[in-house]
Amino acid sequence: MPFIPDLRWSDVTPKAQFLNRRQIMAGAALLAPGMAWGAGYSTDETPNTLEDITNYNNYYEFGYEKTDPAAYASALTIDPWSVEIGGMVDKPGKYDLSDVLAGLPIEERIYRFRCVEAWSMIVPWQGFELSGLLNKVGVQSSAKYVAFETLVRPEEMRGQTGTSFPYPYVEGLRLDEAMHPLTIMATGLYDQALPKQNGAPLRLVVPWKYGFKSIKAIVKITLTDKMPPTTWNILAANEYGFYANVNPEVDHPRWSQASERPIGGGLFGGRKDTVMFNGYGDQVASLYAGQDLTVDY
Amino acid sequence: MAALDSFNSTARRVPSWVIYALGALPFAMLVYNSLYGGLGPDPIKGLEKELGEWGLRFLVASLAITPLMRLGLRMLKFRRAIGLVGFYYICLHFFVWITLDLALRWGQIGSELYKRPFIVVGFAAFLMLLPLALTSWNGAIRRLGAVAWKKLHRFAYVAILAGAVHYVMIGKVWSFDALFYLALTVVLLATRLPFFARQRV
Repeated sequence: MPFIPDLRWSDVTPKAQFLNRRQIMAGAALLAPGMAWGAGYSTDETPNTLEDITNYNNYYEFGYEKTDPAAYASALTIDPWSVEIGGMVDKPGKYDLSDVLAGLPIEERIYRFRCVEAWSMIVPWQGFELSGLLNKVGVQSSAKYVAFETLVRPEEMRGQTGTSFPYPYVEGLRLDEAMHPLTIMATGLYDQALPKQNGAPLRLVVPWKYGFKSIKAIVKITLTDKMPPTTWNILAANEYGFYANVNPEVDHPRWSQASERPIGGGLFGGRKDTVMFNGYGDQVASLYAGQDLTVDY
Repeated sequence: MAALDSFNSTARRVPSWVIYALGALPFAMLVYNSLYGGLGPDPIKGLEKELGEWGLRFLVASLAITPLMRLGLRMLKFRRAIGLVGFYYICLHFFVWITLDLALRWGQIGSELYKRPFIVVGFAAFLMLLPLALTSWNGAIRRLGAVAWKKLHRFAYVAILAGAVHYVMIGKVWSFDALFYLALTVVLLATRLPFFARQRV
């Protein structure tokens, strides 16, 4: 008899397993009240499977196809890893990853993830609040923005050779966005270390902004008083702004942002309405009070 | 030119339904893959892109028939089948976009059709192919008259070019595949220009 698989991608991690896991976590939270569990920042929506999250990535350092990062990111060396933290900070320096992480509580954060290409996922990250790291290195009062930079290592990142794409990939946040408790530096996914195709060993996650803001494989963090350049804005300023907040009312010039296709629903998963600030408006809308978000897109 | 002759005599014996049968194979493969996970976490996008690309492949192939004939390869009898198979794929591509991708959100479908340049261009290409498919049978040629029919079917040039441009316009970055089809289309269309058409190889 021929083997006919009847499994779809969404079946790989059964829902019962997530729920069971969450019960264990809830139990653990009760047992260890001192530990941080992402006090109310996580969504209770069912996360995508690890297979979805690790096989559908935009990470041009490894190629333009969604499947390229899963295929080629294994070539990347992530140990040793250091992050150069500089600019307007009290303790600048080249920090080893273990020093970056030292003393910062790792929490699980189940976040909605909305790509500028109008698809979305639910991702159970593990990470620490970026504010913890910034406080550790001491942000000077003159600083207004945080700039981030991804590793450039063409011999291990095959997408960085033979291309006109301007590497390193750079991103930035306004200081208040960077200090917001929703903004995390992810180091893990589900119960494992962050897979390389998802930006290991250290990536940013800003859940109310389009995914391209959440820069991967970070090697440099700079506090500055000027709005830093950001890669997609350099490439197409009319299509990608500095803020890139999820906003169903401001369309990408070439496609609508009014709705999104949740990944993992298979062929008939359909679409859902995109929500302002990706549903995090209660927490972050006040950051933009008085700003015209059709101008500051 | 024995190879050429044997190719032509073989082609003469092959009935054109073979093209329809072969043309259905990628579709069967896509249906299988989209149902059994072969298209990855986002089967809708995968299916939509593949259907569009297969449509473009067949349509571009239909443009190659005349230039190849000038090189001595006789495949004119397959041209209608190749063009129609291409059209069927474009229909499916459009259908998947409306039903699975846009999930029958008619408001958004309506606004996309006039707001987004790449969709406008693609939709225009589809609309131009429509009368060509409808007049692809022998009776239509008789009724329209060969001259008028030929004139009408020159829309294929514009439609296929528009289809290739549509593909180039979609991505966040330039896609090599899309540029390849566009370049191929431009070359095949250029062979129709009076200067090249006069040259006999």
